[in-house]
Amino acid sequence: MEEIAARGARYARRRVADWFAEVGRITLMVGEAARAFVPALRSFRLIVDQMNTIGVGSLWLVTVVSLFTGGVAAVQAAYQFSSVVPLKFIGAVIVRSVIIELGPVLTALVVGGRVGASIAAELGTMKVTEQIDALRAMALNPIRFLVVPRLVASILMLPVVTIYANAIAVFGGFVVATVAIGISGHIYVTGVKQYFFIKDLSSGLLKSMVFGGIIGVMGCYHGFRTEGGAEGVGKATTNAVVASCVLVLITDYLLAHVLFRVIFAS
Amino acid sequence: MIRIRGLSKRLGRKQVLDGLDLEIPSGETWVIIGRSGTGKSVLLKHIIGLMKPDAGSIEIDGEDLAAMDESQINEVRKRFGMLFQSSALFDSLSVGENVGLALREHRMMPEDKIRERVTERLDWVGLAGSEKQRPSDLSGGMRKRVGLARAIAMDPQFILYDEPTTGLDPITADVIDQLIRAMQQRMRVTSVVVTHDLASAYKVGDRIAMLHDGKVVFQGTPEETRASRDPLVKQFIEGSSEGPIQV
Repeated sequence: MEEIAARGARYARRRVADWFAEVGRITLMVGEAARAFVPALRSFRLIVDQMNTIGVGSLWLVTVVSLFTGGVAAVQAAYQFSSVVPLKFIGAVIVRSVIIELGPVLTALVVGGRVGASIAAELGTMKVTEQIDALRAMALNPIRFLVVPRLVASILMLPVVTIYANAIAVFGGFVVATVAIGISGHIYVTGVKQYFFIKDLSSGLLKSMVFGGIIGVMGCYHGFRTEGGAEGVGKATTNAVVASCVLVLITDYLLAHVLFRVIFAS
Repeated sequence: MIRIRGLSKRLGRKQVLDGLDLEIPSGETWVIIGRSGTGKSVLLKHIIGLMKPDAGSIEIDGEDLAAMDESQINEVRKRFGMLFQSSALFDSLSVGENVGLALREHRMMPEDKIRERVTERLDWVGLAGSEKQRPSDLSGGMRKRVGLARAIAMDPQFILYDEPTTGLDPITADVIDQLIRAMQQRMRVTSVVVTHDLASAYKVGDRIAMLHDGKVVFQGTPEETRASRDPLVKQFIEGSSEGPIQV
């Protein structure tokens, strides 16, 4: 029994040490990316290419997800309002819930799945086929060429995609509210206008930028840590997506406290 | 000159290099042979500073890599070219962009001169006019040749070849061997070729060194290698599973 407890304690200590080592490695990579930021601007084309891949490449997926998110929000609101809250507030509820929470978080989860996996798989493949070593052998910094463009593009494009997702979700809510629930379009739009606040939008976009950073860092970190062949690339991809999604949700909770209980508390 | 003294490296539980000593004089082509997993590629990666040794020193023309920071190592790397086992071409770039990448990023010459250099180096490896092709459109032998053109684009003093003929048919392998010899004669570079292809080793090497258990156990000319009575060398060149090298 004591032996089992001792082995359990050793295992727990090792896991904690591994976790701290991982946090340390991620911090070092982010620090190196920050140092390589200015030199990376010389290769601005790489950043624009990544912005196109991350932003434009995600639009179709985000359109479908946001349209149905807005629709579901309208149906759920109508169901929960029944005989408690007048249905004229559906537009108001949808616009606030989408802009503050659903838009940024669902976009981060959807884009995180797509982009995080793609970054990790691409960099992981480059690692196992020695392309990253080849860059270093040519005296070129892989962080500057591979990490900074993806990180900058993720941070810049996620808010842009989120604004688009917000608009599509509110439109999805409009379609369901007017067609399926029977509210007049004018009432829906009036509710949206009355309850649209810039501080809600700002907080949502601020969250998106942080989520973009998380997605970029996790994709690049797990890609760079890839070992072995195809199996290693598969593991890196899975780890990047899981880590992005978990961190997005945890950070969302922490940011909710900071933004709505401190910064925008009044 | 490349001078390696007491180089040791452990990867996981395996002592890959164990106090390895080697001196490669300028202008010569040395071939490193040995069984798979004996640390030949690890040795190459130490020479170009892609791996840090646990112990020992690697001097490039008298400068010790172990005492340098990354920016100083980068200056040394600019004097090297390396052909990787998998060619390691960047899929997102065209052939011409691959070959000219380091020249452009290090701003070594104006754009028109870079284009001329890329054209010239592709011509040297027999791939004139292939600038616009994508790496994914090339055969294994062509990828190796583009990798070689990229390795020589910056006029290096040293060229490292990691398994240059592995996975190629004998005729294409001979083309690569001839290119290695041609680069040697044309550019007067110091070359280190890692291979277990003995036919290739005899063709390209001025001298051959054999690695075993993390150390150099033999060095000599191709003729001396063929005539060697050393049981390790004999077993390796005869390709026998019986002998002092245990599988």
